[in-house]
Amino acid sequence: MSEAILTPIEKKPMGFTAGVLALAGAVAGLFIGTAQGSGLLGVVAGAVLMAGLAFLAMQVLGEEMEKPVRWAMIAIVAIAGVLLGGPPGLVVGALFGWFFGWFIYWVGLGRYRERLLPYLTGGQVLWHYAFRVICGAIFVFLITPILVVMPLSFNAENFFTFTPEMLRFDPEGYSLKHYRDFLTNPEWTGAVKNSLMIAPVATLISVSLGTLAAIGLSQSHVPGRRAIMAILISPMIVPLIISATGMYFFYSKIGLVGTYWGIVLAHAVLGIPFVIITVTATLVGFDRSLTRAAANMGANPVTTFFKVQMPLILPGVISGGLFAFITSFDEVVVVLFIGSAELQTLPWQMFTGLREQISPTILAAATILVAISICLLTTVEILRRRSEKLRGMSPG
Amino acid sequence: MTDAASEPDKITGPTPDNALRAADKADDGPVLAADGKPLKQSLNRALRAQKLRALALIAPLLIFVLISFIAPIGDMLFRSVENQIVGETLPRTVTALTDYDAASEEAPGDDVFEAAYYDIFYAAENKMHTRLGSRLNYEMTGASSMFRKAGRGVDDIGEVYLDQFEDLDENWDEARPWAELMGDPDWISAQEGWDGESRMPAFELRSGIADILPRTATTYENFARFMQNEEEESPLEEEPWSVVHTALYQDLSEGDVSGYSGPRSDMLQGAADLVASPDFETISFRDGFEEIDEDWVTPEIWQIIKTYSPAYTSGYFLNSVDMQKTEEGPAMRDEDERIYGLLFQRTLFMSMVITFSCILLGYPVAYLLSNLPASRANLLMILVLLPFWTSLLVRTSAWKVMLQQQGVINDVLVWLGMVADDGRLVMINNQFGTIVAMTHILLPFMILPMYSVMSTIPPSYVRAARSLGATNWTSFWRVYFPQSVPGIGAGSILVFILSIGYYITPEIVGGTSGIFISNRIAYHISTSLNWGLAAALGSILLVVVLALYWAYDRIVGIDNVKLGG
Repeated sequence: MSEAILTPIEKKPMGFTAGVLALAGAVAGLFIGTAQGSGLLGVVAGAVLMAGLAFLAMQVLGEEMEKPVRWAMIAIVAIAGVLLGGPPGLVVGALFGWFFGWFIYWVGLGRYRERLLPYLTGGQVLWHYAFRVICGAIFVFLITPILVVMPLSFNAENFFTFTPEMLRFDPEGYSLKHYRDFLTNPEWTGAVKNSLMIAPVATLISVSLGTLAAIGLSQSHVPGRRAIMAILISPMIVPLIISATGMYFFYSKIGLVGTYWGIVLAHAVLGIPFVIITVTATLVGFDRSLTRAAANMGANPVTTFFKVQMPLILPGVISGGLFAFITSFDEVVVVLFIGSAELQTLPWQMFTGLREQISPTILAAATILVAISICLLTTVEILRRRSEKLRGMSPG
Repeated sequence: MTDAASEPDKITGPTPDNALRAADKADDGPVLAADGKPLKQSLNRALRAQKLRALALIAPLLIFVLISFIAPIGDMLFRSVENQIVGETLPRTVTALTDYDAASEEAPGDDVFEAAYYDIFYAAENKMHTRLGSRLNYEMTGASSMFRKAGRGVDDIGEVYLDQFEDLDENWDEARPWAELMGDPDWISAQEGWDGESRMPAFELRSGIADILPRTATTYENFARFMQNEEEESPLEEEPWSVVHTALYQDLSEGDVSGYSGPRSDMLQGAADLVASPDFETISFRDGFEEIDEDWVTPEIWQIIKTYSPAYTSGYFLNSVDMQKTEEGPAMRDEDERIYGLLFQRTLFMSMVITFSCILLGYPVAYLLSNLPASRANLLMILVLLPFWTSLLVRTSAWKVMLQQQGVINDVLVWLGMVADDGRLVMINNQFGTIVAMTHILLPFMILPMYSVMSTIPPSYVRAARSLGATNWTSFWRVYFPQSVPGIGAGSILVFILSIGYYITPEIVGGTSGIFISNRIAYHISTSLNWGLAAALGSILLVVVLALYWAYDRIVGIDNVKLGG
């Protein structure tokens, strides 16, 4: 909509700019002030400093000097940061400088209205940006824990926290020793090996059976479809602890507890709902007349399935398979109950490690797992878009 | 050229012409298919074939799920009421206790002690008495040690008789004479000819011996069968258990063996004379049990055995709602023993808090995502999907890193001077830690259903409301919000179902005050080994979840579950 409506932007009155900046400076000053010992002093100093800077940038130097002023702000505040807080202060200071340099011009020149509808009131504009800040905070909440793990996994010490050396960006404080441990310690390599032996087989079972069943379920006349669907989806709904308890009782009766096949069967069942859901979703867009056309031209049902239907629903099958894989690869409760010492999987190793606080090798494992999940996420997204494009549902 | 080919009208069989003609002839009759059968029938047949084909495709998976998932769940439900161990291990005692008035303040009569003596002796040989003891220990503290002591002590009762018989005649503690006295001669010769590898010839009682020495015959038969089947030893070479001597004493003191003339009759006669003599030392079963442990002559243990003797019990379920079985029927436990009610309440309360915080955090994000242009929404969607795809243990360990006292959040707060270094916040191993970590873990499950509902709401409604003069708040609250409620409902049920049964995260960041009912189930499975109680707690949880699942299916439809947007 922003192309159609051009919202005129204009320079704001100095009082408004200075006021907003003083407020922002006061908030920033509060944090810096408390860190240095006096919150009140920080608030006053921050407010005065920012109001002054705003006046300088808007009235004295003017719009043409924007670039040099912003660079200068970054440099000055970064140096101030170093003086106050050492190397970590450098980064924080530079970020503050960059933000305030941008903020002064954004507010002072009225750029914040650029992308908005021209008739919005001041309150609505304020709410618009406040809402984005709130959402931004929620996104930070979502993503920070995952990001924090990564630098900590390069810790040179056996701590779960940032050491002073790390904060000083001292190379001494960083090392790859936890990765070395992860890749050489037989406990961890054995766990990875077990996981890699269990997950693909479980995935194979759930994908092959799940795809067949999904094709059956998508036929037009299936007696008791709702009930069958409810049973097939139930492994996803029933709490894992209950599934694990039941499997422990039942599998010990038939001698599957502590065996490889016991875990594979359990994981295959847990992965099935994901395959069913993704494949049935793909089959919704599948054109039935294609199979009839194939049959008409003399193809038998097996050929029709592999040559016509399978290539078209493949994206759904693959992403269902990835879900099933990650379910098995990430599953710990069932393994804890029906596994054995020789069948420790990677999540089991991480779980016991977390309970007993062994070493940050867990964080190295976590970082590697995050990398794997980024790859899987990318694959699934690409497949989803491809499948939507095939069905002509998405413009992208 | 045949006649039929030159004259198509004369062909008999399913041709289109014939079908038309048939249809004309039977004008009022049913419409016919090409093969002359009524169309309705043909369609039905085709439909049936289609249904069968669909079912054949589904069947393998359905059978697989039924066997490897539904059957275990059924087994768990069965275990929550199953209680066969008491009746199976103490069959005679349970029968003897039928007439015992459990409400009386006295221990039962000597016949019950006699039955218990034989039962516990066999149970101890089968190593079952400790299992029974730990089962009854769930109901009465101390039962486990009573049964352990009894398993060792029942031998002492029999030794009294064994020693005296042995003093009279060495043969009473020998295998061979006993076998000749009790066993069928044919069996003895067959057993002697046994090669040591094939199946042993099954023990058979000598005819007539059971009439003279009924108890001894039964106990000796039990002994011989046990030796043959469990120990795989020949009864000809094993000295009988002391319980057989006890039975012999009982038979001799009650019956008359003077008429007996079979093998070893002199030996038996000597024993009968010894029992009849006044010097023969005896011990009542009741005294024997009192010597083992004084608790055996108190009424409590017998009441417990009688209460838990049926093969099925509601005891585990009563336990899991803080009640217990008493003589007057189910009753609440003492205030200080009630833990599960509190735990269920806490689980529900915390799940509700988690669901509510997910709504609070998820709603703005879903709103933003559904109102942004597609390209930017997809980019931001990655921030939602990445946690969704990241391993649960990675996220849990990340929260451990963030929340602990030397963790990232506390470090930042100390660095900013908002918290003193010695006053670091306690954010882990309590309810707060569980709620924060689980809100983070379950947030994507709230955002995704909300997003899929919100992206179907046409923006023109809100604009129309605005143009009609509604304020921002009114147009949101009266127009937009009601349309987004299905999304909130779907997300809330999903998050609530998932959170109510969570185990891993509370176990790691929950400490003692932040744990859920699932942690208690795991504790009973792996540590206290009270499987029945674990199964009962699991069944209650399962019922709650299934009710919610049913509601979810009603409101959202299970087909409409979407994964990854």
